[in-house]
Amino acid sequence: MTESTYRIRGETAEWEVVIGLEVHAQVTSNAKLFSGASTEFGAEPNTQVSLVDAAMPGMLPVPNRECIRQAVRTGMAIDAEINRWSRFDRKNYFYADLPQGYQISQLYHPLVGEGHLEVEVDGSLKTIGVERIHVEQDAGKLMHDQHPSMSYVDLNRSGVALMEIVSRPDMRSPAEAGAYLTKLRSILRYVGSCDGNMDQGSMRADVNVSVRKPGDELGTRTETKNVNSVRFVMQAIEHEAMRQVELLESGGTIVQETRLFNPDTGTTRSMRSKEDAHDYRYFPDPDLLPLELDEAFLEECRASLPELPDAKRARYTDAGIGAYNAGVLTAEVETARWFDALLATGANPTQAANWVTSELFGALNRTGTSIEQSSVSPAQAAELLALVADGTLSGSLAKQVFEVMLKTGQDPVAIVEERGLKQTSDTGAIEAVIAEVMAKNPNQLEQYRGGKEALFGFFVGQTMKAMGGKANPAVVNELLKKALS
Amino acid sequence: MSVDTATVKKVASLARIAISDADAERLAPELNNILGWIEQLGEVDTSAVQPMTAVIPNHLRLRDDVVTDGGVRDSVLANAPAREHGFFGVPKVIE
Repeated sequence: MTESTYRIRGETAEWEVVIGLEVHAQVTSNAKLFSGASTEFGAEPNTQVSLVDAAMPGMLPVPNRECIRQAVRTGMAIDAEINRWSRFDRKNYFYADLPQGYQISQLYHPLVGEGHLEVEVDGSLKTIGVERIHVEQDAGKLMHDQHPSMSYVDLNRSGVALMEIVSRPDMRSPAEAGAYLTKLRSILRYVGSCDGNMDQGSMRADVNVSVRKPGDELGTRTETKNVNSVRFVMQAIEHEAMRQVELLESGGTIVQETRLFNPDTGTTRSMRSKEDAHDYRYFPDPDLLPLELDEAFLEECRASLPELPDAKRARYTDAGIGAYNAGVLTAEVETARWFDALLATGANPTQAANWVTSELFGALNRTGTSIEQSSVSPAQAAELLALVADGTLSGSLAKQVFEVMLKTGQDPVAIVEERGLKQTSDTGAIEAVIAEVMAKNPNQLEQYRGGKEALFGFFVGQTMKAMGGKANPAVVNELLKKALS
Repeated sequence: MSVDTATVKKVASLARIAISDADAERLAPELNNILGWIEQLGEVDTSAVQPMTAVIPNHLRLRDDVVTDGGVRDSVLANAPAREHGFFGVPKVIE
């Protein structure tokens, strides 16, 4: 493990940046954390609200087992300690999107304790600690631009389960923070505990930043709220660290405060909150007994975990796939699933990896389709690779067949039959074409024989062209060499 | 533990309860009486007693992940001072 050498160069000194992230991840579940209302995104306002979510008097919250299960599985996926005894607390504050006047959260006894995950930045590995994961309620949504003097409140999101995943202040550069967030998102999506959809707000980060001279004590930190993409997190850190350095070097002091990120300018600004805004007066929620988990529940959680990105990547590199390709193939769970299905057909791992990362990704990029929507199935890809492996198709013919597959969704064998795209190694036919090509190009022939050997490629091209790309390139090379000498 | 009038005013403001200075002057000693009375409990040695989390020994029940509720917008909005297009309407809150 190497320490990051990322530094902010100020007027008077070099500064180190210290970063911690609190990630809010919406738990994938049908119903809310404490009520039976639906969590589905995009419904008509206030139609997915139970009287519990609206905080009507006398309503009693009852935890959703699935939300607890998903948080436990997430904890296990980052090697964290799972607390078999945890408890819910009330975090008290008033805001228009919070009908209860408090958020049910877990301050004193979180469900998940200390864990960690590994990130790779510039080729070196670094372990980032996770301090805890606790479960809490999301708030409702406010809209400010619909009415001149009113804000509108939609409580559909109110009470949806969130995991708050709190990192240690272990990151030292925007790149490390970006890598951490990317890795965390990938793990959540593998586990299936959060869809990781940052555009829809299913995952958002509060970014804690402070600066110090290397070796000094930690500086005062600021917290930039609700940053909703990896790129924005990196931008917010860069801007905030620079602002702090400039402030300190001009004799100022950092105030511990909450800030907002503006994606349009890439800058942060103070929220100017009232000083007592953070007096949350936490206390154990008297509506909820402690949450106690038994061994059978934990065992089920453990047994249901899929192969995780790190393990999958190691399996791919062990199979001979290059480290870079293995990383690309395992980053998104959908890609890994597709590629695993291709490997299951017995395809050669290295060839399959090369083909997927160049040909398939190229085509998907071109057409703007995701791998799940691809018209080519893993089984069809396996068939295509097999046709190349047994010499039926040359590289260039395989490309042609693949284009047809993309358009029609047909099986490669059927395409080869139907369009006569089989590669030929028929020496008689190839020799005849070579003779023709030589007869048509006497000048080039003379130059080649006069020592201009670079023209060999010209003859290969002409021969392949005359044969509609179907000649076996190795055979063409061999026969041409003979004929031209 | 004892509270002064400034603390009383702060707690009241956090709870969004409007109280006058005169109220605060009167409430501080009242609250201090209550706090003092509760502090007597500290005289009991509880070092060997587990904190009690509920009066009845009971386990937290968990619910299955099934949608069983919602679709009651009219009830949810029934007591709202203002409702607009299916939303609650509240005085504009922008930071």
